[in-house]
Amino acid sequence: MSILEIRDLHVSVDASDRGDEPIPILNGVDLTIKAGQTHAIMGPNGSGKSTLAYSIAGHPKYQVTAGTVTLDGADVLSMSVDERARAGLFLAMQYPVEVPGVSVSNFLRTAKTAIDGQPPKLRTWVKDVNTAMERVKMDTAFSTRSVNEGFSGGEKKRHEIVQLEVLNPKVAILDETDSGLDIDALKVVAGGVNRFREQEDRGVLLITHYTRILRYIKPDFVHVFVGGRIAEEGGPELADRLEAEGYDRYVAAAS
Amino acid sequence: MSVTQDSHDSQDSTDKPAVAGAVETSTKLASHLHPAGSFDLADHPVPNGREEVWRFTPLKRLRGLHDGTFTEGGKGSVEIDAPGEVTVERVGRDDPRLGTVYTPNDRVSAQAWQSFEQARVISVPAEAELERPILVNVTGEGTGPDATFHHLLVDVGAHARATVVVRHQGHAVRAGNTEIRVGDGANLTFVSVQDWDDDAVHLAHLHAEVGRDASYRQALVSIGGDLVRISSSVEYAGPGGEAELLGLYFADAGQHLEHRLFVDHNAPKTRSNVDYKGALQGQGAHSVWIGDVLIRQVAEGIETYESNRNLVLTDGCQADSVPNLEIETGEIEGAGHASTTGRFDDQQLFYLQSRGIDADEARRLVVHGFFADIIRRIGVTEIRDELMRTVEGELERSVGTPLASGGAR
Ligand SMILES: Nc1ncnc2c1ncn2[C@@H]1O[C@H](COP(=O)(O)OP(=O)(O)OP(=O)(O)O)[C@@H](O)[C@H]1O
Ligand SMILES: [Mg+2]
Repeated sequence: MSILEIRDLHVSVDASDRGDEPIPILNGVDLTIKAGQTHAIMGPNGSGKSTLAYSIAGHPKYQVTAGTVTLDGADVLSMSVDERARAGLFLAMQYPVEVPGVSVSNFLRTAKTAIDGQPPKLRTWVKDVNTAMERVKMDTAFSTRSVNEGFSGGEKKRHEIVQLEVLNPKVAILDETDSGLDIDALKVVAGGVNRFREQEDRGVLLITHYTRILRYIKPDFVHVFVGGRIAEEGGPELADRLEAEGYDRYVAAAS
Repeated sequence: MSVTQDSHDSQDSTDKPAVAGAVETSTKLASHLHPAGSFDLADHPVPNGREEVWRFTPLKRLRGLHDGTFTEGGKGSVEIDAPGEVTVERVGRDDPRLGTVYTPNDRVSAQAWQSFEQARVISVPAEAELERPILVNVTGEGTGPDATFHHLLVDVGAHARATVVVRHQGHAVRAGNTEIRVGDGANLTFVSVQDWDDDAVHLAHLHAEVGRDASYRQALVSIGGDLVRISSSVEYAGPGGEAELLGLYFADAGQHLEHRLFVDHNAPKTRSNVDYKGALQGQGAHSVWIGDVLIRQVAEGIETYESNRNLVLTDGCQADSVPNLEIETGEIEGAGHASTTGRFDDQQLFYLQSRGIDADEARRLVVHGFFADIIRRIGVTEIRDELMRTVEGELERSVGTPLASGGAR
């Protein structure tokens, strides 16, 4: 049973490119994601949701100043970015990065080989990739295109879900994978996440602004994220209350 | 886009000994673009490094090729493997065909013209369609500072189709000129790979005359050598010709790789496209790209675009990139240029690593991707894999010297 444990996490963002000192963003985050659970994090713009996601994934811009992150007891913070991925973490990014000249198929094969420690079986590989693409209604012609280059916002998000399906991590962090999607695309993406969840021993951390996606992906827990920490926790009903009342209450309390 | 416009007192400068003048008038920004040249070494003053055409080149490392203090007697071999219908000759200095395409336009080029002993002439008969490339393997067999000089003429007859691949390897201190005539309606792909040993010095001039409705594709690939400086110029013998000048370079620590392009649009309805990509890594890696395009008054309806992109992989590198467009007529289809120098993108590295790909492999993918389109466009299947392998070999060296900000922990 996989378990991702985040304890008292403090994170600053490097602002040296503007000649500034590091800026503290996360102020003590505690969160435990067990296999089989889906946690939703909701919060206003700038509250630090992406910072949390990036910090877990190991983005070099973000410096952990205190706290721990462990996956099945292993110290995640001492791992390099790629080691974290190989340990079973996956981050679907809010803004997926374009990599010109690297084809989607080459990218997926290289990533799969790295995660599994061996090249995928030739016999089934192409079919597996095509199936994953078809499931999110992505034309298989995307295989030959450069990674994310010239993809629409929605196509980038679907491509993240294709990777989720192909790489099949233990814990998936989805950073606003729902934003910028029309309703059909939203259902398609939610379907991908649900297929992932239906497997045994998988955890999901779903970062979102809107309750819309929670109609298709039912969370077990909802966390309200404000000012770089979790301000309140509850079950799915908390999402409904947020929809009705907004974040004002929490923002006022935090400031 | 920065467009340089300049008025010239004379359109017909071809029969003036303009070399000295061109150097002296460097205050007139674009006048160095089209010096007439001279076969006489004395017409080319010894450069002091401040001249426009020499200011990027470390003269101290030229082993005296520029000031006559070089020593002669360098050793090397040239092997040419060509399909049967091609004539390959070794000729004396007095062969009347030599010097009919190109006149030396800088000091080292003139030195090479004065010093070469025998020239090679490769002739492709009119209408021949070669089934395989002509391979020219140049191997430097020297060890010290001794210089070699060479001259090559490639003459492709009307409506012929040919590919020439020149490979340079080994150690050499070498200067030379290559004249290329692409006959009317002919199609020539000319590839030159500079994969010298670390201490080689190579200065070369290539000049192509592109016939009416002819198509010329050139690719210069510079990987190895202490100092490589290649000047490549193109002019047109009639309207309708097109030139595609592609380049790829990979400068390592301490290497100086310089490519100087000059396209002389001296005929109407001609086209040119210059596209160079370079990567740099290691302390003191230096690349220079000069892209000069001259659109003469007669050259109505032409189209030109030039681009140079540099990818800086580590700290301590310098990429100089100077596009220069000089337009003497407004009646053109299009003209433009782009020049970018970017550092290795940490976001790309992070994205790839977040999918489990380790940092070295991720860098390899990104650089691979950076060069992929240019290698594809070179279009010579025989050397495509070889080029990819060469690029990868270069990347192997970069392992352990990432950008200061590239650590992803
Ligand atoms: N690289 C950075 N440089 C400077 N400030 C940053 C950087 N990254 C994040 N921040 C700041 O940290 C705070 C949190 O940003 P973060 O992206 O984590 O918020 P978020 O909750 O994901 O917001 P959104 O809902 O808009 O995606 C913001 O004030 C943001 O400006
Ligand atoms: Mg965000």
